[in-house]
Amino acid sequence: MTPVTANRLGGAVVAIAGFALLFGLPRLADEFVLLQVTVYAIMAILGLSLGFIWGYGGILCFGQSAFYGLGAYAYAVAAIDMGDSTIPFLLAIALPAALAAALGYFMFYARISDVYVGVITLTVALIFFNVVNSTSGAQYHIGAAMLGGFNGIPAIPPLNYPFDPDDALDPTDMFELSLGLLIALYFGLRALLATRFGRVVVAIRENEARVEFIGYDARLCKLITFTIGGAIAGLAGCLFANWGAFVSPTLFGIVQSAQIIIWVMVGGAGTLMGPICGSVFISWLATELGRQSAVNTPLLFGAILIVFVLLVPNGILPMLQQRFGHWVVRAPGARRVVAAGEPAQEQP
Amino acid sequence: MTAPLLETAALNKSFGGVHAVRDVDFSLAEGELRCLIGPNGAGKSTFFKMLTGQIAPTSGSIAFRGRRIDDLPPHAIARLGIGIKTQVPNVFDRLSVRENLWLGASRRARGRTAVAAVDRMLERLRLDSAAERQVGQLSHGQRQWVELGIVLLGDPTLLLLDEPAAGMTQDETARTAELIREINRTHALVVVEHDMQFVRSIARTVTVFNQGAVMVEAGVDEIMRDPRVRDIYLGKQAAA
Repeated sequence: MTPVTANRLGGAVVAIAGFALLFGLPRLADEFVLLQVTVYAIMAILGLSLGFIWGYGGILCFGQSAFYGLGAYAYAVAAIDMGDSTIPFLLAIALPAALAAALGYFMFYARISDVYVGVITLTVALIFFNVVNSTSGAQYHIGAAMLGGFNGIPAIPPLNYPFDPDDALDPTDMFELSLGLLIALYFGLRALLATRFGRVVVAIRENEARVEFIGYDARLCKLITFTIGGAIAGLAGCLFANWGAFVSPTLFGIVQSAQIIIWVMVGGAGTLMGPICGSVFISWLATELGRQSAVNTPLLFGAILIVFVLLVPNGILPMLQQRFGHWVVRAPGARRVVAAGEPAQEQP
Repeated sequence: MTAPLLETAALNKSFGGVHAVRDVDFSLAEGELRCLIGPNGAGKSTFFKMLTGQIAPTSGSIAFRGRRIDDLPPHAIARLGIGIKTQVPNVFDRLSVRENLWLGASRRARGRTAVAAVDRMLERLRLDSAAERQVGQLSHGQRQWVELGIVLLGDPTLLLLDEPAAGMTQDETARTAELIREINRTHALVVVEHDMQFVRSIARTVTVFNQGAVMVEAGVDEIMRDPRVRDIYLGKQAAA
């Protein structure tokens, strides 16, 4: 099997598994499980946003939570003020995208180094956290929406079918929407990465100077990548605000940002499935541990991070691909697959 | 006499107190092949970096076909038709040879045209058998060729080659000289090189850089006979 065939086969497997889950789970599982899987899908979308800009674009954003939180708050405030959720949903994507575009413009067109990209994005997330955190009191409101400071905003109206505020989404609809969007994003990003733009984005990660010598505008490509990442994180924020009908400043927090990085690292940067698996796995672990309260969860995550940095620096998925990939994939020029009954033979 | 392809006027670059390039007036005709020589630190690489927009000149101007380019970003200069092969191979080490070349071809060509151009280049560089390998796994000489291939696929009017034969075996060096002569039939080139044997095998006119300035510019045989050139390479700075 060539890498191309294996890649297509992988896509087909993901599509079948995804759609099986999408249509099967609502029939088989109870509402509690459905709610759990919904939040995992939302976390996976969030993980995917960083997996795309960091794993492929090489942009290490320490403040992905800024876009996530902004998406959640944009939805919460706009939904409370407008009633109908159609425009709030779009705002929750557009606003973080605009923030990412503005931030990206100053970072990439000024050609600041990767370290400072990390510092600036982290700082922006912290600024959002501190500002939103200190908006307690009746004087802080946008329209009818009280910002609520560290208490957050409760009772956020749920998503409804476009332009029909009376027809709200029930938990099954929410599950289908979240998982459906995750599947669509996975395949959308796959398709994007196969275009010339996507291949240039990966090339920038490898060698930005060479990309410019060829004549591609690396600054613009990075800006577009970063903006797409911001939009996806905003979408995750919007879905999360819906899921719990509640937002709080911790969405912007440093812990949230660090978690997203851990998801991507554990799952494997440089793949799309890795961040999805990492997000789901770690979120599941957090839920289980939180329920038993036997271990200190942050402590365990710290340990997981250290173990992965030391032992599995590429993440789970790339490690599995390396270990077992050669069972399925034969790159041209590599040793030939020996068919049954055929004498073993090595090719140069 | 047509206008020069590339022309710099009173080009200067200082880094703090270091005057890396001073008052360089350089002119290259359409289709010309020029060699730049000079000891380490003579300002050749800085000169190349200014031509490709990586660093801005402190003063002076650079014109390409009569158009000022000294204020353009690197990708815009590349689009005008200046390609560079840098001193250290500047390639995508973790991508395959084919992907490297495809990226070079895809700036201008799309779809099958790009793929066909890559196939032709693989053959021309004799890298067809290594097409699917990661560039980082290849020898230094082969990586140099991959880079040359990326540059050539962009079909630049002018190629800047910074030590294209560095780290190559004798056979590879000979093949590179052959490639450069072949490229020169359709493209102008400026080649930085230390290997005088190599310079002699490709060049007609040679420009000698020393301490940031152009010391002498003449035919290759004349340069080889010039005692001053020998002196700067041997580290004997003329006292006067």
